[in-house]
Amino acid sequence: MSDQKPVEIIDSPVYMNYSFAAGRATSNFLRSIKEGKLVGQRSSITGKVIVPPRGSDAETGTPTFEEVELPDTATVIMFTVVYIPIPNSKVQPPFIVANLVLDNSDQTFIHLVSGCKNEDVKIGTRVKAVWRDKSEWGYSFNNIEYFQPIAGEAPVDIDALRAKRLKEVEAFKHA
Amino acid sequence: MREVAIIAYHQTPMVRDAGAKNDVELVMEAVHGAKAQVGFKNTDIDFTCSGSCDYLGGAAFAFVGALDALGAVPPISESHVEMDAAWALYEAWLKIQTGHFDTALIYGFGKSSHGPMHEVLALQLDPYYTQPLWPDQISMAGLQARAMMDAGKLTEKQMAEVVVKSRKNAKANPNAQLKGDYTVEQLLAEPTLSSPLRKHDCPPITDGASALIIATREVAEKVLAGTGKRPVYITGIDHRIESHQLGTRDLTSSMSTRIAGEQAGVKKGKVDIAELHAPFSHQEILLKEALGLDDSTVINPSGGPLAGNIFMSAGLDRIGAVATRIMNGEANRGVAHATSGACLQQNLVAVLEGK
Amino acid sequence: MGNPCAIVGIGQTERYKAKIKKSMAGLVREAAQNALTDAGLTWADIDAVVIGKAPDFFEGVVMPELYLADALGCVGKPMLRVHTAGSVGGSTAIVAASYIQSGVFKRVLTLAYEKQSESNAMWALSSQQPFSPHLNAGAGGFFAPIIREYMRRSKAPLDIGCKVALKDRKHALKNPHAHMHEPAENLDLQKYMDAMMLWEPLRFSEVCPSSDGACAMILCNEELAKKSPNKPAWIHGTAMRSEPTMYPWREEVNPQASIDCAKDVYSQAGITNPRKELDMAEVYVPFSWYEPMWLESLGFADVGEGWKLTESGATSLDQGGDIPWNCSGGVLSTNPIGASGMIRFAEAALQVRGMAGDRQVPGAKKALGHAYGGGAQFFSMWVVGSDKP
Repeated sequence: MSDQKPVEIIDSPVYMNYSFAAGRATSNFLRSIKEGKLVGQRSSITGKVIVPPRGSDAETGTPTFEEVELPDTATVIMFTVVYIPIPNSKVQPPFIVANLVLDNSDQTFIHLVSGCKNEDVKIGTRVKAVWRDKSEWGYSFNNIEYFQPIAGEAPVDIDALRAKRLKEVEAFKHA
Repeated sequence: MREVAIIAYHQTPMVRDAGAKNDVELVMEAVHGAKAQVGFKNTDIDFTCSGSCDYLGGAAFAFVGALDALGAVPPISESHVEMDAAWALYEAWLKIQTGHFDTALIYGFGKSSHGPMHEVLALQLDPYYTQPLWPDQISMAGLQARAMMDAGKLTEKQMAEVVVKSRKNAKANPNAQLKGDYTVEQLLAEPTLSSPLRKHDCPPITDGASALIIATREVAEKVLAGTGKRPVYITGIDHRIESHQLGTRDLTSSMSTRIAGEQAGVKKGKVDIAELHAPFSHQEILLKEALGLDDSTVINPSGGPLAGNIFMSAGLDRIGAVATRIMNGEANRGVAHATSGACLQQNLVAVLEGK
Repeated sequence: MGNPCAIVGIGQTERYKAKIKKSMAGLVREAAQNALTDAGLTWADIDAVVIGKAPDFFEGVVMPELYLADALGCVGKPMLRVHTAGSVGGSTAIVAASYIQSGVFKRVLTLAYEKQSESNAMWALSSQQPFSPHLNAGAGGFFAPIIREYMRRSKAPLDIGCKVALKDRKHALKNPHAHMHEPAENLDLQKYMDAMMLWEPLRFSEVCPSSDGACAMILCNEELAKKSPNKPAWIHGTAMRSEPTMYPWREEVNPQASIDCAKDVYSQAGITNPRKELDMAEVYVPFSWYEPMWLESLGFADVGEGWKLTESGATSLDQGGDIPWNCSGGVLSTNPIGASGMIRFAEAALQVRGMAGDRQVPGAKKALGHAYGGGAQFFSMWVVGSDKP
């Protein structure tokens, strides 16, 4: 017994399969993106547009229903340059992960910004979606491969953008 | 001790599969329903606490998404337990006892339809010695039922009678998942699943959410005045846990339920109704004995967990079911029980009274 | 708020490490036993146990309080398990405090732990969600953009982050428990500035390690505190705040939940000028730049000025700063995620008991313990003092 080493570690693998419910609101979004369209939902209470919608306007805790079709252009609100690779992905580090807000909407989402020199991306940079080939489209935000800076458009002042949007949504409030 | 009462309770219909509805959408239904019962705005809630389990949905931080159902802007005082929401109620009740808060919203939710429930529950077990054997929840419960039979404390007929009663009571519960008229003979004719348990002796897989609001006496009396509903006071609440190792426990009785019941003061008055969180039929018999209840108490008038089992909220639902019946005058005093862990390892008992 | 509550025992893992070769039961029992020893008590003296930890995916055990009931001497007693993401260590202490403040219990054991080496924390934090783009960004990928925005607004010099990390790692040398005890030749600003970039601007040198460990405290009422062999710490205020991860135009650099939580806890503790009235603070800073950001959010500096406080050495114990932050080495030196919040709360209590050894701030009488979690959306804070409030 004395020459036996104590057992210090055991391997206990776990494999579990889950199904995942997107939710009513997100399901609508996913159906639209499969057709190449970006559709957000507007809060009837605050008038703000959320994309992708998750079923509730988190500010008020109420469901969103009104659908709003949105362009595939956006503004960079925040970003970072990532040096850690994504497993099984063509994207090579360093690459940009950004919080973007689509035009005419009010909540940011995270996606890649690419097709440019990383140094050229700033807070406020204007970007447009670069879609994958239509044959690859599924029920996923991955239908957009990345967002690319729009040549010729200067970065915008994001504080001014925010103020402009808050004013614009006033007309849609039903509080 | 401050007097704390339940003033509202709302549960979504208990269904085998809520389909495309996600957690947030279910929680919104439950929380809005409860708030609407008492006309509460978000600012009327001083403290919020919820119960849920990440592993049910397969993603860390499931409870974070549910926050979107609350309207937490401006920010709220909020907490969460990775336990049945009955324990979230306990945390909230303590908070009110500190004197710092007067009202609290509690909610629980779970979509058991998404994941491999029985495998998830195997992960609750001792990770070094027990879990790698992958004992499932039903077999563990079967061990307990077998032990009870060998001790002369249980017959198959008694188990079937519990199920017959549950499904019959559930007919009057619009939210119940499993309901109907059955006979003992009919049920005993079914094959066993994990002997001596048959499928109907086990809890159904259920999706749903529930929410409950508690408040101090002053708030409760003011809010419910003129509604025809009375506040339901929590006159005692206690919980205890037992050893995790099945071999060191007497599986035919529940020491922790007995102690919790004594501490909560079950015996201090007549118990009109009792809602027991017995996911398996034999456990209802075991718990009834542990709480010292006799046949004068109506057990699981809602149908109990055998009629619908929102995992992570089923304990809260027992409290809500008793509260509902006291609130509308069907009963005056009741006991609600919640459990956690295989074979009733941990138990909570609440005594509720209308005054 | 309610009955006075004292902290009479504090216990931690002897040495936090990336992989501790103990079972989870062994890990928690060690910290709990150390707390009992500090308090001169036995397991029988505890009325209830309140434990907390972050997602169960980190260890692969669902609802581990069930498995740990025996190891924590809780058979026949009440057990509760809190989970509020990264702030959980703090929230757990606050829930445990309510056990005493409510008058329902006399003496409770509270503990928080994480054994990240059992599973894969990075995977658990960024498991691919269906329908979303797969970015594998992890926590750093989430916080780095927010930090960039802070830098843009404040125009802070680029080396502030590394200066924070260096300070905390130097503090850690005086804390025998800390995970990272960097050799002297590594504790060099240029080396830190040259370290590998992970998520710009965060370099490898300025992010937290992944640690295993547990931290425990014994809380009791006023009557029992009198029997304590060592000096108790007293709770002067506790607060928690939550806000949604995302909502339209959410302010992420200085979240409202952080501001509100701090205001609440200061109001309870009678504090109007935190920098002057607190002697030190243990603040949850897992990524270096969060020190200047939280200095502003918690009212130690005006908005836009937090980095100046760091740069001046005010938050450094070694440099004799007037408001040392994270004398323990902080999250940057030790991070068992679920425990980190409680370590902050416990270290603050250790300081006002005068029991912080070589990392003691001389004469500390009031301290802040702070934790945050999720997408910088869950906050828990407490103020503790040497004297009963």
